[in-house]
Amino acid sequence: MALTNRSKQVAVRELTFMERLYLPAIIKGMMITLSHIFKRTPTVKYPDQIREMAPVYRGQHVLKRDEAGAERCTACGLCAVACPAEAITMESAERKKGEENLYREEKYARIYEINMLRCIFCGLCEEACPKEAIFLTDRIVPSSFTRGEEIFGKDLLVEAMNERIDVSKRQRPEVLEFKKDKRHLHNLTYQDARPKTTAHH
Amino acid sequence: MDSMLIYKALLTVGVFAVSLGIAAYLTWGERKLAAILQDRVGPDRAGPFGLLQPLADGVKMLMKEEMIPTKANKWLFIFGPSFFMLTACMTGAVIPWGSGITVDGVVYPLQVTDINIGLLYLLGVVSIGVYGIMIGGWSSNNKYSLLGALRASSQMISYEVAMGLALIALTMITGTLSLGEISKQQDAGLANVVYQPLGFLIFIICAFAETNRAPFDLPESESELVGGYHTEYSSMKLGFFLFAEYINMFISSAVMATLYFGGYNFPFQHELGLEGNTLAIIQTSVLFIKIAIFIFVFMWVRWTLPRFRYDQLMNLGWKVLLPLAIANIFITGIVMWAMGKLN
Repeated sequence: MALTNRSKQVAVRELTFMERLYLPAIIKGMMITLSHIFKRTPTVKYPDQIREMAPVYRGQHVLKRDEAGAERCTACGLCAVACPAEAITMESAERKKGEENLYREEKYARIYEINMLRCIFCGLCEEACPKEAIFLTDRIVPSSFTRGEEIFGKDLLVEAMNERIDVSKRQRPEVLEFKKDKRHLHNLTYQDARPKTTAHH
Repeated sequence: MDSMLIYKALLTVGVFAVSLGIAAYLTWGERKLAAILQDRVGPDRAGPFGLLQPLADGVKMLMKEEMIPTKANKWLFIFGPSFFMLTACMTGAVIPWGSGITVDGVVYPLQVTDINIGLLYLLGVVSIGVYGIMIGGWSSNNKYSLLGALRASSQMISYEVAMGLALIALTMITGTLSLGEISKQQDAGLANVVYQPLGFLIFIICAFAETNRAPFDLPESESELVGGYHTEYSSMKLGFFLFAEYINMFISSAVMATLYFGGYNFPFQHELGLEGNTLAIIQTSVLFIKIAIFIFVFMWVRWTLPRFRYDQLMNLGWKVLLPLAIANIFITGIVMWAMGKLN
């Protein structure tokens, strides 16, 4: 059965006189090209004109700071576990006395690297994060000349205090609601999670 | 008489400058139109709307390294593009660009020379133009160039026959070979295309072939012959080949407008109540509008139709256009005899 009614039966036959004249076909073709004069060009002149991103666009990651400016990440490694492309690596360190203004939790990521060439921008790290620390933004990852430059460290990932990055688009009500859901283990706080897991065993 | 001589020299330079300037901007126009027909933007980086693009292209062409293949015949290699350019520029001499401007009772014609064999001169110059391509392609000592050159010469010869025969039917009506005279006749009567629609159709198809424009761009055919006759060319010598094509296009548009579409004349021009010089200026502008329309058709066809296969090209030239042109002569003769126009 035909999926559309556009298919035509092809047959080898002699061309009729009108077809052999070619001129009607040529004029028909020229009318098609002429009609394109009045069509809109879909071109976006990129560096001058930046196309609007879709609200769900997932681009370069950001590591958020809290309101006081302390890094939210606690180096739990859930993002790295969730990452299907294994693009995230990190090394944790313990917070020293007097560093409370720098790091929110007692443990923090000393090294946090995302290999942008491996990353598939699926957003699972963002979903896994219990601390609202990592988000995908609508920024495009810049190109580079070497592979090494595409491994982004904390210098490129952590947001600067004077130019904070807006992630409200990624914190939609559904997302916040999802994060509240206690059935998802990673959404539980440390104290909540401990008794439950021990109770099972 | 002396002032006339100086005027003619100035007019020659003027026609040269105008054809070169227009040809330069046709390269821009072609790219822009191609872009519009294909829903693209086209050149827009150099200047507003990319209007400085021809300048940038020219500078680029001049700055490129000059390459002459070791095995090429050096003199002929340089002679080819120069000759092609020369013949392209020469054709502008016989075209009447307007009816003439009167200053202090002296009429200054807007035509470099109104020789009584203008049409013959035009055909002659156009047909020796192919030597530029042939010599250029052959002296490159490259198989692709040679093939391109061979294609160019056989194509030119084939289509010149039909073109000449189409013009014979035209001269049967006009009774003159002078382009100035043909323009003036169309002021009194109707445009020649009314009497010679078939002749015009043959002429325009042959004009496409003569200028090596698509769908008859077999001598160049990038996809099969790399670049055809200009494969080995670089720098301004390549620029000359490409540039001359646009001059040819401009001139053949002017010839078509003059021969078949009334030249500088336009309908009801004497009913407007305008006096000599104003009318002359309007007439010249009208001619340029007609030329612009023909150039648009040239480009429009190029960006619509694919290239002919070589045997199709020869079939069309010898088996279709040639018999049609001969039939056109007979029909013209019979109609003229029936109307008692033969004397």
